[in-house]
Amino acid sequence: MKSVSLLLVLGLSVATVATSCGGKKAPENPVPNVDSAAAADRARQDSIAAAQAEADRLAREEQERLARQREADSLAALSRGAEEVRNMLATMIHFDLDKSNIRSDDMGALDQKVAILQANPDLRIRVGGHCDERGSDEYNLALGNRRAQAAKQYLVAHGIDASRIETQSWGEERPLVDGHDETAWSQNRRAEFEVTSGGDNLRRPS
Amino acid sequence: MTPLLLAVLLVMQDTSAIDRGVRIGIIYRPGVRPGLVALPRSGGGAGLDSVRAIIARDLDYSDRFEIITLPGGDSIRLSSSTTGTPARGSTSRNGTSRPSSAANSALNYPLYQALGADFALDVTRAGDTTLATLHDIAAASVRRTVRATLPPPTSPDFRLAVHRLGDQVVQAALGVTGIAATRVLFVREGKVYQIDQDGADQKLVSSTNRQAMSPAWAADGRHFAYMEFQAGKGWLYFQEMGTDKRTAVSTTGTALDFTPAFSPDQQTMVFSRATEEGTDLYSINIKNNCCLRRLTVGRFSDNLSPTFSPDGQRIAFVSTRPGLPQVYVMAADGTDQQLFAPFDYGVTGSSNAPEWSPDGQSVAFHRDVAGTLQVFVLDVRTRTVRQLTSVGRNEDPTWAPDSRHLAFVSDRSGYRQLWIIDLDTGRIRPLLQQSGARLPAWSPRLSEASTTTP
Repeated sequence: MKSVSLLLVLGLSVATVATSCGGKKAPENPVPNVDSAAAADRARQDSIAAAQAEADRLAREEQERLARQREADSLAALSRGAEEVRNMLATMIHFDLDKSNIRSDDMGALDQKVAILQANPDLRIRVGGHCDERGSDEYNLALGNRRAQAAKQYLVAHGIDASRIETQSWGEERPLVDGHDETAWSQNRRAEFEVTSGGDNLRRPS
Repeated sequence: MTPLLLAVLLVMQDTSAIDRGVRIGIIYRPGVRPGLVALPRSGGGAGLDSVRAIIARDLDYSDRFEIITLPGGDSIRLSSSTTGTPARGSTSRNGTSRPSSAANSALNYPLYQALGADFALDVTRAGDTTLATLHDIAAASVRRTVRATLPPPTSPDFRLAVHRLGDQVVQAALGVTGIAATRVLFVREGKVYQIDQDGADQKLVSSTNRQAMSPAWAADGRHFAYMEFQAGKGWLYFQEMGTDKRTAVSTTGTALDFTPAFSPDQQTMVFSRATEEGTDLYSINIKNNCCLRRLTVGRFSDNLSPTFSPDGQRIAFVSTRPGLPQVYVMAADGTDQQLFAPFDYGVTGSSNAPEWSPDGQSVAFHRDVAGTLQVFVLDVRTRTVRQLTSVGRNEDPTWAPDSRHLAFVSDRSGYRQLWIIDLDTGRIRPLLQQSGARLPAWSPRLSEASTTTP
């Protein structure tokens, strides 16, 4: 875009110079013609003005382009920020076998969620409680509910309105990792956090 | 053949007189199973052969008979002509002379008796009617002939009709009803399926693609209930068997509802509801689809997995009030809650998935033993528990209507599948050789009316 308009401008100025030269050489009369001199002068002035206008326009366009670029860059940065916030929000927390208490190593992750929820008052989330396959299938629905409630209670206790947090339990029905060892089980005993509304342009907590 | 016949005749002399006296009035003696021989026959077409095979398997799976397999099949039967005289002699000594026994005069009663048979079953056909003739070997006569007009083998009702015939044979022999005409509901890959108790005729009964759990039979065998995940909630439905007609239980869809259980009179459904307060038991009138009642107030504990006593007076359930889940019991209105299956605090593992037996005497459940699950049975009267399984992980037991068989999930073969155990003999057989089947629910006896497709 930039090179095309530049070429166009160059072509235009070449044409202007050509016409002004031609205008100067056309009269054979050596007596200077005041009118023609004035015309030539005017033509020169005009071509200078035209070149100046072109330069101004170029500068203006360049400025606009830069502004657009800046805007795009900052938008990208903003969405990069939102992406990061979203990831922080989606960070899962984990539980010990047959337990629903919040582990101390997960409190940081929950504190981040509190901050995000505070910085984004329209944001609503759903907490899903999950279990590993070791427990009883049906009991795990109750246990998953306890886990989701425990996560919600932590957020509410730190100042988040309870109405902004839905909960659900999946029991052991949606394992994150297939496998029948502690590595898989420990990852499957978790609470997941998903946005239900107000998740566009998430603001980073200050 | 000669040594066999000799042995047969020798044994015959010992057993006939003693056993005849003992067997009078005997319906069933635990530990001593009457011998039964299904007479090998040919003829009647492939349809009749499959009827014979299905009934023979039903009788075997009833675990109430010692099934005697005849070596060489027909040869034994053909040899009856050479030993026909003692058979007729036995008949006359016994003083019975029935027309039907005359018709089966070729049956070599002493031979079968010598083989250990108390009963012989003969399946024949007369026109459209299939006849199952049960011979009483000791009495050397026909005990009963059961007649049935079976649908053609291509009909979806065929197998169940044959199973009913099998149950009538058990009834004729022992005076108790068998479990041949029953089915098991289970969950596989999130969908509800049904399967005949003999492992045949697996059929999808789920009517949606949503993930389902916890199927439960109504006492009429014509309806079942189950839970379905939907938009983050657990919905309870009851559905008519053999149709896609289903009704959402009133008030469901507001929370996570699961583990539905019908009261025996089918007026009430009790279920678990998980809310912010935890999980508690609720009841709802399903006849009028109204009148939600809360039965437990757990506060800091969960209450779930209800199962009615067959008289409808009590509900056994799981409660986490002692810390780990254990089996509790209460009156059907939620009063008088107390511990049901004893446990040692801090020693006994979690106990879950109770199901009250149809005879009311036992509650089956599974319990964590050393990190894996095992099936236990609670004796309701003495409140003592005994461990039933020990190989692999065994869970979610469900009672057959005879209160002596349990279907359960076990990984004893390497992957989780459905198995059936007979509590009296300890015999275990696979119900379904497919991995991933779980949460089985054994039907009541399925009467004619309960399965006829509208």
